[in-house]
Amino acid sequence: MRIVSANKIRQVVSDLCVQANLVLRNDVLQQLKRAYLDEAKDAARDILEAMIKNAEIARLEKLAICQDTGMPCVFVEIGENVKISGDIKEAINKGIERGYKEAYLRNSVIADPLTRGTAWYSPAVIHFDFIKGSKIKLTVFPKGFGCENKTRLKMFNPTVPLEEIKRFIIAVVKSAGPDACPPYVVGVGIGGTADYACFLAKKALLRKVHGSKFTVHKLEKELFREINKLNIGPMGLGGKTTCLGVNIETFPTHIAGLPVAVNISCHALRSAGKTI
Amino acid sequence: MKKIYVPLIGRNFENLRAGDKISLSCVIYTARDRAHQRLAEALKKGKSLPIDLKDAIIYYCGPTPAPKGKVIGSCGPTTSSRMDVFTLLLLKAGLLGMIGKGRRTPEVAQAIKKYKAVYFLTYAGCGALLSKYVTSAKPVAYKDLGPEAIYRLEVKNFPLIVGIDAKGNSVYKERAPK
Repeated sequence: MRIVSANKIRQVVSDLCVQANLVLRNDVLQQLKRAYLDEAKDAARDILEAMIKNAEIARLEKLAICQDTGMPCVFVEIGENVKISGDIKEAINKGIERGYKEAYLRNSVIADPLTRGTAWYSPAVIHFDFIKGSKIKLTVFPKGFGCENKTRLKMFNPTVPLEEIKRFIIAVVKSAGPDACPPYVVGVGIGGTADYACFLAKKALLRKVHGSKFTVHKLEKELFREINKLNIGPMGLGGKTTCLGVNIETFPTHIAGLPVAVNISCHALRSAGKTI
Repeated sequence: MKKIYVPLIGRNFENLRAGDKISLSCVIYTARDRAHQRLAEALKKGKSLPIDLKDAIIYYCGPTPAPKGKVIGSCGPTTSSRMDVFTLLLLKAGLLGMIGKGRRTPEVAQAIKKYKAVYFLTYAGCGALLSKYVTSAKPVAYKDLGPEAIYRLEVKNFPLIVGIDAKGNSVYKERAPK
């Protein structure tokens, strides 16, 4: 049995917080550049250029890509042959505090959702999973709330036509409109239960934008095309680029249902992962 | 880009039209959800405010802390619609301009027209870039709110797009799907 110390986890999480918030994911940056070349409208190009420039300034000057450094979400996949010495949850939250302070990131988490109180850096929303082998994969995903607020879930009947599911997903993007920093990356979770579909929609955003997944790829492509016809465009001021990509994750579900969740990301989709 | 400079004498934003791009050099104040809540409560109770709203410009922003050697951290706009419920009161108290991102309610658009105010958009999700246009930053009220405190910012050539003009026209109105 391999032993990994909680200290090591803390250090890796801390580094990932800094990387995720200061260095825009390369797949996202490439999509912004592609969109810049594709856009015909000057206004839309101007905004995309600002987004590309913003990523460059953030990386070079060690500034947060966006002031909303998010609610930290952490995905932990633990190999079945690894033992962690120490408290892993505490290690993750301490790692977040350290990374956020070190890189001058914003404390955006309040302890009580109703009484609010003083903002702090943690706790993170942590998802644990087990994998084969003796490694641990850690992924930090700071999720901004401008776009998180646009999340929607719908429990469809199992006999629903696919067209209706597509209409729902497109309607969610339409209702986000100019408000949540388009162009978006659209995460979709289909199947499981209500809560699991929401989890899948979030997890889908961790996949490379425009990455392929053979079972649902056709639907991703169709939605990508249709969403980009909405003419919401960068900052909602019109254009060909309403989304940079659509990522769908699926899971088996119950005979009586068909949950579909949509989790939208702003153009500043940030995450960083490391396997130890 | 047309450049304008405020503080202005009177309400000189009136000539601007939705969609105009300008760059702004003046003093602005950050305020987001909870600062708005407190300002609105004070106004309702007739208490004095920690900042003078007369002809003021409010930026919906909660910046990241300033790294060493920098004036401010990342400082892009937050979603304006969350401030809509407080905006009418603030406009009535003399607020001249707002900077944010996204749509406003029809009531806010009407109030902007009534008070001849203006709503600006700025580059959304570009906080690192926008920090380059801030020349000074100082928390001036509600410091207990941390990132939600009211900061007094001096900005130079801050890039803006007119979102709703003094006639109540919105830049989003004609965005029909193609």
